[in-house]
Amino acid sequence: MDINLIKSQFPIFSKKVNGKFLTYLDSSNSSQKPLSVLKALDYFYKNEFSNIGRSIHSLAVNATNKFEETRMSVKKFINANSKDEIIFTKNATEAINLVASSFGQKYIKEGDEILVTDLEHHSNYVPWHYLREAKGAIIKFAPINDDGDIIIEKFKELISPRTKIIAITHLSNVTGTIVPIKEIVEIARKKNVPVLVDGCQSAPHIKIDVKDLDCDFYAISCHKVYGPTGVGILYAKKKWLEELPPYIGGGGMISEVKKNKVSYAPLPGKFEAGTMPTAEVVAFNESIKFMNSIGINNIVKHEAELTGYALEKLKKINSVNIVGNPKNKAGVISFTIKGIHPHDISTIVDEDGVAIRAGHHCCQVLHERLNLTATARASIGVYNTKEDIDVLCKAIENCRKVFGSK
Amino acid sequence: MDLKELYQDIILEHGKSPRNYGKCEKYTHQAKGHNPLCGDQVQVYLKLNKENKVEDLTFEGSGCAISIASTSIMTELVKGKSVKIAKQIIVDFLDMIRNTADIKSKDLDDDQKTKIMSLSGVKQYPMRVKCATLAWHTLTSAIDKKKEDVNTESID
Repeated sequence: MDINLIKSQFPIFSKKVNGKFLTYLDSSNSSQKPLSVLKALDYFYKNEFSNIGRSIHSLAVNATNKFEETRMSVKKFINANSKDEIIFTKNATEAINLVASSFGQKYIKEGDEILVTDLEHHSNYVPWHYLREAKGAIIKFAPINDDGDIIIEKFKELISPRTKIIAITHLSNVTGTIVPIKEIVEIARKKNVPVLVDGCQSAPHIKIDVKDLDCDFYAISCHKVYGPTGVGILYAKKKWLEELPPYIGGGGMISEVKKNKVSYAPLPGKFEAGTMPTAEVVAFNESIKFMNSIGINNIVKHEAELTGYALEKLKKINSVNIVGNPKNKAGVISFTIKGIHPHDISTIVDEDGVAIRAGHHCCQVLHERLNLTATARASIGVYNTKEDIDVLCKAIENCRKVFGSK
Repeated sequence: MDLKELYQDIILEHGKSPRNYGKCEKYTHQAKGHNPLCGDQVQVYLKLNKENKVEDLTFEGSGCAISIASTSIMTELVKGKSVKIAKQIIVDFLDMIRNTADIKSKDLDDDQKTKIMSLSGVKQYPMRVKCATLAWHTLTSAIDKKKEDVNTESID
């Protein structure tokens, strides 16, 4: 693959930040967008815009078809059984909230247990916390070791007869840990517990095959997969979507509405109430095409090489400490520098056009577990190059210069 | 924007070797402050005497260079002042950070003004303003004996 050709598809990389070309290492937060996605948004609004669904006119029919084409592409992208298993939401957070709310409403009672892990992003903890508050459910946290890997034996022990659902990340947005979801699901199957996977970080970076993983729910954030903001995806096995009560009520999700009775639309409409982010969903098809045009295997290979290169270079800088050392690590590198707070690091490297994140990355539980209040994080996207890593390392040297540390 | 304006020598020096660090003896007031966005924490210990003068002011906590330096400088400037003047210095400081990038205070000498002005560069970095203001809000909270901890996310 030609990395320069890939990078040239992203208009933002021809712009300057603080007078410097952008070195974007914050893709775990959100990815930049290729021109094809931006063009699709523009084209749709200029030439094809209509709401989808009920209207009979040509524009509406065309818009509906395009919207559904993306659903088919997503189905193929994650290897789902049916397009009815693909629900569009406003983001991955809403996808997880949907499951927590609908599943919780039907299946969670006081004293029931929800098993999450120390690695979870707030979006895969707080929705379950609502059930703790509303229903008296118990949330258990499966521990990690100091490397940032889930301790499988402890995880197994924490599944009890009262465990109603397991909610677990596929890829940590702090340590870069790739969680062995297939193994986790096999363990859960034996105990008959459904598994929700937070796939926000994994979807842009590793192969997703929900049939192979055999998970029950899988949440994806489209803006992290080189797509527009405002779109998330919930994959769920059809049986769950049939069994669960709807989430948000309104237009589009109903079949028939009477004064004394409401019946709901068939899947996937049942879970897509109100006007959807139509143009954004249509444009997301281009993001999938972009991913496919490179090929997931090439993406994995490129990013693994880059991660290895970055780790090697960062470790050579005195006083840089890499957070976690998981067995299987993706391009998410959190680090600290002795004597320099992550917020100071971020402000100083920004001066060189380097965008990284500093803070707890919406993982306060994990930071507490790691005895850290904050970390700096460089995260890789498919458009990053070795030069980007070199610029980062140089900018880190500058931090040490500003602070006068050796 | 110029990094040197933000990370002036005074700030780096106070960040590395903060003054008045620790818990002072027989403090009469104390308050906790927290910036949940970056994890900065500060606890101030204030000792007022019978004339309502700041006899001692110390702090404990962790945070970025801006936050530690701002707290350290604050303790230096407020020590020895009456509560009324201390409160006015806090108002003047917050005004400098948010609005004027200049210090209006009549209660500080030139040397003290130079110190407090070293923090004025923060105004250029909106994401860092809360790092600088946390301790000052926490001191207000201590003076007023507020029960709730200061949380920068609840302050504009």
